[in-house]
Amino acid sequence: MDIKKGIAVSPGVVISTALVLDAEDLVIPRRQIEACAVEEELARLRQAVAQSAADLQSLRASIASDHGKEIAAIFDFHIGLLKDKTVINQITAEIVNNHSTAEHAVSVVMRRLAATFQRMSDRYFSERVKDLHDIEKRLLRKLIGSRHEDLSKLEHDVVIIAHDLLPSQTAMLDRTRVKGFATDVGGRTSHTAIVARALGIPAVVGLGNITAEVSGGDTVIIDGSRGVVIVNPDEQQLAEHREFGERLFRFETELQKLRDLPAETRDGVRVSVLANIEFPEEIDEALRRGAEGIGLYRTEFLYLASDHEPTEEDHYRAYVDAISRLDGRQLVIRTLDLGADKYTQEKQLNPERNPFLGDRSIRLCLHDIPMFKRQLRAILRASVQGNVKIMFPMITTIMELRQATMVLRDVMEELEDEGIEMKRDLQIGAMIEVPSAAIMADQIAKEVRFFSIGTNDLIQYTLAVDRTNERVAGLFSPAHPAVLKLIRDTIEAAARNNIDCSVCGEMAGEPLYTLLLLGLGLKTFSMNGPDIPEVKKVIRSTTMEHARWVAQQVMSFDSERQVMHFLKEETRKLLPEAF
Amino acid sequence: MSFKAITPMPTAEREVIIANSLGLHARPAMQFVDLASTFSSRVIVQKQCGECYEVDGKSVMQMITLEAGVGTKLKIRADGEDADAAVRQLAELVENKFGEE
Repeated sequence: MDIKKGIAVSPGVVISTALVLDAEDLVIPRRQIEACAVEEELARLRQAVAQSAADLQSLRASIASDHGKEIAAIFDFHIGLLKDKTVINQITAEIVNNHSTAEHAVSVVMRRLAATFQRMSDRYFSERVKDLHDIEKRLLRKLIGSRHEDLSKLEHDVVIIAHDLLPSQTAMLDRTRVKGFATDVGGRTSHTAIVARALGIPAVVGLGNITAEVSGGDTVIIDGSRGVVIVNPDEQQLAEHREFGERLFRFETELQKLRDLPAETRDGVRVSVLANIEFPEEIDEALRRGAEGIGLYRTEFLYLASDHEPTEEDHYRAYVDAISRLDGRQLVIRTLDLGADKYTQEKQLNPERNPFLGDRSIRLCLHDIPMFKRQLRAILRASVQGNVKIMFPMITTIMELRQATMVLRDVMEELEDEGIEMKRDLQIGAMIEVPSAAIMADQIAKEVRFFSIGTNDLIQYTLAVDRTNERVAGLFSPAHPAVLKLIRDTIEAAARNNIDCSVCGEMAGEPLYTLLLLGLGLKTFSMNGPDIPEVKKVIRSTTMEHARWVAQQVMSFDSERQVMHFLKEETRKLLPEAF
Repeated sequence: MSFKAITPMPTAEREVIIANSLGLHARPAMQFVDLASTFSSRVIVQKQCGECYEVDGKSVMQMITLEAGVGTKLKIRADGEDADAAVRQLAELVENKFGEE
């Protein structure tokens, strides 16, 4: 039994079997063996080494011509490493002394060796690290062999234990089987946290070294409400958490009753509550939580989920899938919002020095028109099947918006020439997530049908804070008066120009800000599915008059501390159990 | 009566300088290890710059960690019955630039 404390990022309690994800999606089934199994494990290792060497020999033989001399030399080197006694002895020692599985021993030793290589100053030699990774993967594939679990088709329910979940991994996961996440690193806004909240499953991140302490198959309790993970719990802990889980479940059920009730204030003002999604499959859960439609469909996952850029058909299939789950409810598709992330940076020849101020989002799309057009074509083709709207992210000048709209018009003409059906009057919206756009909201409003305020980026760019940098993350706050003024001005500009305005950033899903946003005149809230019931509850327990008064008070404050304090007080009066 | 039992193990050593332009990279290191492994003697390779660093001449993994670029001075030592032949042939391999150039 082992209790680990981390950061609670998605509430709920789950008791399930651990699935440990290592690098490259190779799942190391177990890390420890019984002392009596050492001999068997050594035999597995010998066999894997022999098989790997044989594979390499035949690969080498197939390219033995002069032409492939350099490649042949690489295979020779790999075979040499496999035969190297100093390497094999270290792996053997790890199995014998620490009772590690062959898989775990290979991983530990190869990484230790890789670390020595990496310390070398000569570039040629430090690059040999790649050869070590290759050998490691080759051996692991042999060892794991048929035991390798296909993450997209899991046999039973699991909780995922990983160093950090990569978007490519979450995209692949069998989401019907995954019941919780626990990771070594990450924070409240990490990818793992966002996905967990979207799926409505508990998650704890920032646990330090949980991947080293959990073996595949261990029973694990993930308490995403209190930020605790218990490995191999005893009877008492199991009982305790079962009960806590049931209590939470009852509270959730209570909130579920709100599902079919309208998001309406006590004095009869109706607002819309929509959900943010990353995968079409999330729609079902969002609707169960009471979403009236999808206010933000992030399409980046189509790019992150596979090793090739999505084709027009990949896009089209995903959009049609989403539409078919919505039964006529609205679907706001945000065009590609990549850049400033690992995926695009690694693909670039010259990594940008300041990627968040660089070639990202709509800028990236306008620099790669063929790619942009593929997505737009798919959206337009899908548009005839449902209530689709399109939204351009990270608009900073009106010219970008006009260019993007022009590309869309081009695509419309192309489709028309080809005789393909589309919805010609598809609504176009702009995301307001850069201060320049918020300040120019009145002008931008004249060229679009709706706004969507992306608070996460708006805060980052207004306050000049990278919230993933823990040294300054404390400065990141939606409650900063400067941020609030930009939000207010944007909502007012939309109202003056008779267009819709929503907030789709995390702020929309935090009940703490519901009164304020309502009072500022916001009519559409778009958030992660699980946040809907609580936000709805705040809306249903107040009046517009009260919300307006709250907003007025808040806008007179000069510090985020004052704002937070006041909002907490006011919200607590409405929902004593929430805070 | 024989003194053979206390005759010390034959030992040989020789200094060489890496002469091929790419240094002791993967292929030459493999050639060195393959040749060293044909002898029964223990083969030790020492790097002479700064603090002395020595590795097993029969381990390609360790040979790579010598990080021996062109011009690096190495000492090849062998302990065992065929020490002389081992050192001679290994030194020649290095001096002939591993047949590369």
